[in-house]
Amino acid sequence: MTSYAVSDTSVMITRCLRRSLRDPEAFFTALMLPVVLMLLFVYIFGGDLNTGGKYVNYVVPGLIVLCAGFGAGTTAVVVATDMSSGIVDRFRSMPIHASSVLAGHIVASLARNLLATALVIAAGLGVGWRPTASPLRWLAAVAMIVAFILAMSWLAAAFGLLVRSPEAATSATFALMFIPYLSTAFVPSRTLPAVLRPIAANQPFTPIIETMRGLWMGRTSTGAPVGHEALLAGVYCAVILVVAFAAASWLYSRRTAA
Amino acid sequence: MTYTVHVQGLRKSFGGGTGAKVVLDGVDLAVETGSIFALLGPNGAGKTTLVRILATLIRPDAGTAKVAGRDLLADPLGVRRSISLTGQYAAVDDMLTGDENLRMMARLLHLRPREAAGRSAELLAEFGLADAGDRRVKTYSGGMRRRLDLAISMIAVPQLLFLDEPTSGLDPRSREQLWGTVRKLADEGVTVLLTTQYLAEADVLADRIALLDHGRIVAEGSADELKSSLRGEVVRLQFTDPADYKRALREVDALRADERLRTVEVGTDGSAASVYRLLGQLQAAGAPAARVSVERPSLDDVFLSLTENLTSANTGDNRHEQNASAR
Repeated sequence: MTSYAVSDTSVMITRCLRRSLRDPEAFFTALMLPVVLMLLFVYIFGGDLNTGGKYVNYVVPGLIVLCAGFGAGTTAVVVATDMSSGIVDRFRSMPIHASSVLAGHIVASLARNLLATALVIAAGLGVGWRPTASPLRWLAAVAMIVAFILAMSWLAAAFGLLVRSPEAATSATFALMFIPYLSTAFVPSRTLPAVLRPIAANQPFTPIIETMRGLWMGRTSTGAPVGHEALLAGVYCAVILVVAFAAASWLYSRRTAA
Repeated sequence: MTYTVHVQGLRKSFGGGTGAKVVLDGVDLAVETGSIFALLGPNGAGKTTLVRILATLIRPDAGTAKVAGRDLLADPLGVRRSISLTGQYAAVDDMLTGDENLRMMARLLHLRPREAAGRSAELLAEFGLADAGDRRVKTYSGGMRRRLDLAISMIAVPQLLFLDEPTSGLDPRSREQLWGTVRKLADEGVTVLLTTQYLAEADVLADRIALLDHGRIVAEGSADELKSSLRGEVVRLQFTDPADYKRALREVDALRADERLRTVEVGTDGSAASVYRLLGQLQAAGAPAARVSVERPSLDDVFLSLTENLTSANTGDNRHEQNASAR
């Protein structure tokens, strides 16, 4: 059976990608969101924000994280919807590799989110974002994004499996789109009210955002060296990834429709 | 005689502690190879749970089961290779086309891409879906979805096909069509285990029928055996005058009576002489019947009488005792 793991998984990836492309409303929203948010933050909010330099140079990593949060919410809903349909029972009663069904969802989620990230970057460059990073630092930033999205995708899949109903899974979108506001995504933590400062300084999204910011712009908004933030971000992503992967696999093996 | 399914003492409860709900309470079952076997029962009887256990989706709490000669618990993978499951809601992907569904499943059964495409085209034609193959399943009618579901099950002809309530929600014509398809599959040697709450469906399709109620098999046999186990035919008499109805009730030994419809049912051997005698007796008593019909018992009667008996025999403490002694 193991010899078919690759072929089973590629069938499932094809299935999930097809399904993503055939949901035109969700697909359109996911593609519009990065562009709209970019214009909103840079031209409407950004006028009066003092972040040292042009606001677009500050906000790109925050928008990437925000869009990834939205994308993870979509993944949670997609997984919950799929699990409540009869086809998953059929898959489970077939001699196929157990992890392939989830792997299909994760790869599709990764593809959707990387496309959204590419749009954020393109929109940013379009409105005057000028990162100073070397190609090597660019590569490191992309690696950070991939690790983050992968961890978020597994977390979203586990959440979708846990709550079972697509309606409940929607709440993941809300939570994941809210948490970035309590980080250094849109404003430096020193401008936040005193009560929120420790939250922003110590939550996982901040080092992930600061790593990207440090790599692209040469300095972080927290003043910490980028290496320090990157280490912290790597640990956070690894922990989320391992825990979410284990939870999702366990929930999938246990779950039954109905 | 060989059996494709052989189940002994299967038990399953959901939830733990004192709130545990017993869904299967010691089920024994044997399904002969090549036959169509119907599990008949009301909602909540445990039909779907039994199918899900036999399809390796959930594990039983106790009992043994062999499916296609393989032990369910020791060799679930072997079981999965010999079965095909169609769920209560057609197990197909709505967002894909019929052709894509078939190819995907064929690839998962490890056919090469070219073989998968060929098999898909064959099955679409065979199941009357050739024109709809490139349409998304979302646009299919209920009958078409079920046919696609069955077509998927036939990619690699399974030894055992589970059909969980295959015709629920279908119109009468689609139901007839689906019955025809199921019969054709059985003729090709596939053993079929179907669940249904439609007695007519079991009557028409199944070689053998098991009645499942409260997690136990309460009767098993062919449709004819079950019907004749109940009672003979009945004469159904209808009266226009309520007074006649009351007089008739006093005069004859009624099996059933309905005051609103003013009908009385009396047991009979079905012979003309006995019906003639009955009518004469009522005429003489001054309670002439307005309409007469002779009816054979239906599976509905068998089912209702068996489930009624069970409820009336097992009320109160008696029920607990019976369950306790069964354990």
